[in-house]
Amino acid sequence: METLANIARELLAAGTVQTVIGYGHGSGEAALTRTHTQTQARAVFIRDVAKAGSLIFDASCQQNLAVYLMKPEVRRLGKAALVATPAALRTILQLAAENQVSDHDLLALAVNGQGEVALLATLAAIEAHVAALDNDLKPGEIAELQKYAALDLEQRRQFWEEQFSRCLKCYACRGACPLCYCSRCTVECNQPQWIPVPAHDLGNLEWNVMRAMHLAGRCVNCGDCSRACPVGIPLHLLNQKLISEVLDNFDSRSGMAAKADNAMSTFKPDDPEDFIR
Amino acid sequence: MESDKKLIGRSELEKLFSQWQSQGTRILAPKKNNDTIDFALVTTLAEVSLDQVQTVQSAKTSVFPRVEELFSFTSRDGRVVIRERDRNALPATVLFGVRPCDAAAFAALKAIFTWDSPDDLFSARMEKMTVIAVSCARADAYCFCTSVGGGPGATAGSDMLLTETGPGEYLAEIVSEKGLMAVGETSGLRPCPANVNKEAHLAKLEPAFAREKVAPALARLFDDAAFWAEQSLRCLGCGACAYVCPTCACFDIQDEGGGSGQRLRCWDSCGFGLFTLHTSGHNPRPVQSQRWRQRLMHKFAYMPERQQVLGCVGCGRCSRACPVDMNILEHVRSITEAKP
Amino acid sequence: MSMAGIFKPYLMKIEHIIDETPDVKTMRLAFADEQEGRNFAFRTGQFGEYSVFGEGECTFCIASPPTRRGYIECTFRKMGRVTSSLAGLEPGETIGFRGPYGNIFPIHEWEKKNLLFIAGGIALPPMRSVIWNVLDLRDRYKDITIVYGARTVADLVYKRELTEWAGRADVKVITTVDPGGETEDWKGEIGFVPTVLDKAAPAIASRDTVAVVCGPPVMIKFTFPVLTKLGFKPEAIFTTLENRMKCGVGKCGRCNVGKYFVCKDGPVFTLAQLKDMPQEY
Repeated sequence: METLANIARELLAAGTVQTVIGYGHGSGEAALTRTHTQTQARAVFIRDVAKAGSLIFDASCQQNLAVYLMKPEVRRLGKAALVATPAALRTILQLAAENQVSDHDLLALAVNGQGEVALLATLAAIEAHVAALDNDLKPGEIAELQKYAALDLEQRRQFWEEQFSRCLKCYACRGACPLCYCSRCTVECNQPQWIPVPAHDLGNLEWNVMRAMHLAGRCVNCGDCSRACPVGIPLHLLNQKLISEVLDNFDSRSGMAAKADNAMSTFKPDDPEDFIR
Repeated sequence: MESDKKLIGRSELEKLFSQWQSQGTRILAPKKNNDTIDFALVTTLAEVSLDQVQTVQSAKTSVFPRVEELFSFTSRDGRVVIRERDRNALPATVLFGVRPCDAAAFAALKAIFTWDSPDDLFSARMEKMTVIAVSCARADAYCFCTSVGGGPGATAGSDMLLTETGPGEYLAEIVSEKGLMAVGETSGLRPCPANVNKEAHLAKLEPAFAREKVAPALARLFDDAAFWAEQSLRCLGCGACAYVCPTCACFDIQDEGGGSGQRLRCWDSCGFGLFTLHTSGHNPRPVQSQRWRQRLMHKFAYMPERQQVLGCVGCGRCSRACPVDMNILEHVRSITEAKP
Repeated sequence: MSMAGIFKPYLMKIEHIIDETPDVKTMRLAFADEQEGRNFAFRTGQFGEYSVFGEGECTFCIASPPTRRGYIECTFRKMGRVTSSLAGLEPGETIGFRGPYGNIFPIHEWEKKNLLFIAGGIALPPMRSVIWNVLDLRDRYKDITIVYGARTVADLVYKRELTEWAGRADVKVITTVDPGGETEDWKGEIGFVPTVLDKAAPAIASRDTVAVVCGPPVMIKFTFPVLTKLGFKPEAIFTTLENRMKCGVGKCGRCNVGKYFVCKDGPVFTLAQLKDMPQEY
């Protein structure tokens, strides 16, 4: 990862950025009780040129680091260069479209599987870079979705009831999601009490459905909600389903442009409304 | 009572399971569900999973469920009637297959729930539960029971501890009257020969930090805001660590059901931003670094000082569950090693 | 059925409601079960959990003095889910009450001393309990001075009692409102509580005097230095912490500050004790 370390050193030394948000070595060792291999990388915040050498990038670097762009503690560190996977790049564009980051707030260091790094200094550069990537659902993801699409309504209800019955309401999905940045979440509003607080069947159903709906037309499919869930609920399925619905109904895809109308909060006279029955 | 050592085979254990079943005792044990292994109701030994180092969640749900009814009420025409749950109707439970660290965790829960104003609902559940733990033959990199006073074969908190000494063959240490009762009249227990070497069948786990150094180091570091900010920078402020922890017991109280409903107790976490928020908008712990510090202080400084028990048993669940790899062992070790 | 669980509340009938300000009410509550009422005792400084069934519980002090038996009073501002529904209730309706919880103002240790009460806004209720308590035992204490301020004249609670106290020869009362909060006919002081206290200081003895301070965190923060400057020792300055609480019995974790639980070891603390605690209140 010499390229990444060198770029980080240069950016820090020149004072172009005050911090590089990237990946470093984590605890490692896959835990045997998890549905997924525990990530062996962890987020690091490099502010010192001498520490740039600890940056890594490999297949274990999956966390969407854009989540930290919305953390006040990280924002206070100054301008950041963000080591960005394709999903993180889409997140930056979506955050820009939602007026949460603006041009020149940050730099993106786009990394790919071959260890190549592209320094993207503007939102326009990020847009161009993202446009050239394959942003569609992967064949495996499509196959998984089709498997659930084939279930009838009753089977789907049973499937999700069983999944949500394990939900602890620990809000790891919300914490890991870079687009769940509300300072006061709906679940914390109690006048009225929109969502029951306890982690019982109704509370869990309403919480997970509400979160999915709040991400409809916004989620960029980074998968961090599923990766974060300690009890292995496949939350990404809800989001992917909504991504494909929004695409089919509104020909709209989140995370592609720094200026975009959100499909779910924009009225257009020619919107097809055949889903309202 | 003096611990009683016996030998028991898998087939006798299976008989014990049917014996508990016939007595109407519910059995909670680690069970594979989808790809996760967690405590669930089982009826036979065959359903129990004992290969994992640890379950995802802790066994605290057996005495401190994630949601529980404190009482129900009806409120009609100005008349309120409160109905408390019959404590005697709480199910007798055998908690089977917990690890020694999990068994040790009940001491911390007891300390929280029974100091000064004993919580009878908790105590009633605790009273009706028999803890049968299984020693650890393996540990992983997240385990650190030996750093916090426990061990892969420790009996503290168990009523009976099983250690696998050969395929399907267990050393059974009966530690309490409850353990004795659980075994009941079964004839399958054989005397334990003197040459059974329990230690040889236990995981080897070197202590990773000096326990006695933690509280003084925390006291020294308390006001070092930069240290805590640095430690917690990648923390997302979710509750995964607290909810899988066997000793975390912070809770919320919520009413549901309007005029005829329940008052519920449900889990909460000191890591959430709104946990300490005053109605006025003032928040005593407004930033994540303070909340992270509170978590460590509570477990490693306040509880030992106030309740003479550590709030951590070294099970490593929080580190395994953390979406951003906030490894508690590493953090505590770095606290003990921080330059004053 | 064993003893009642620790979360089971007493049922209380609302006897009487006073509108203190547009959004602050005082409720007088009587025990629905007379036997429970006769057995109930508390001491000044303690608090309770008040509940509207179906909405939840909220925490306030007991605002009446223990010297008045047979009822308790609470004063609250309509803020959140529970206080809003509580504010909508009428006399005759039933609510829940758990308590008494927490420690007390050690008024027996204050005998033969001067007492200085300093309060701001909605923090007069815990003070009212102790003020009536010492007034009901008036001959045991020397000078009693009350300094009370609110944002505006409309926000002053217990207006009738303030008038009553001010009318007594054996009590000195100074009321103030924040600059801009005064009305045409306002006769009291204008200024923030710490400033007014500083101005009034020459007339207030600090020797053999106990100061009791209740108010929002910012008022308390600026009042302590004034008292220290006047020569008050940290052991002679008392306050009540208003940390968020849910259980009241030292378990839910919310009010934990250092090794202390505000609901168990407080809510009453001396400045000496506060200095020994993390600044997390």
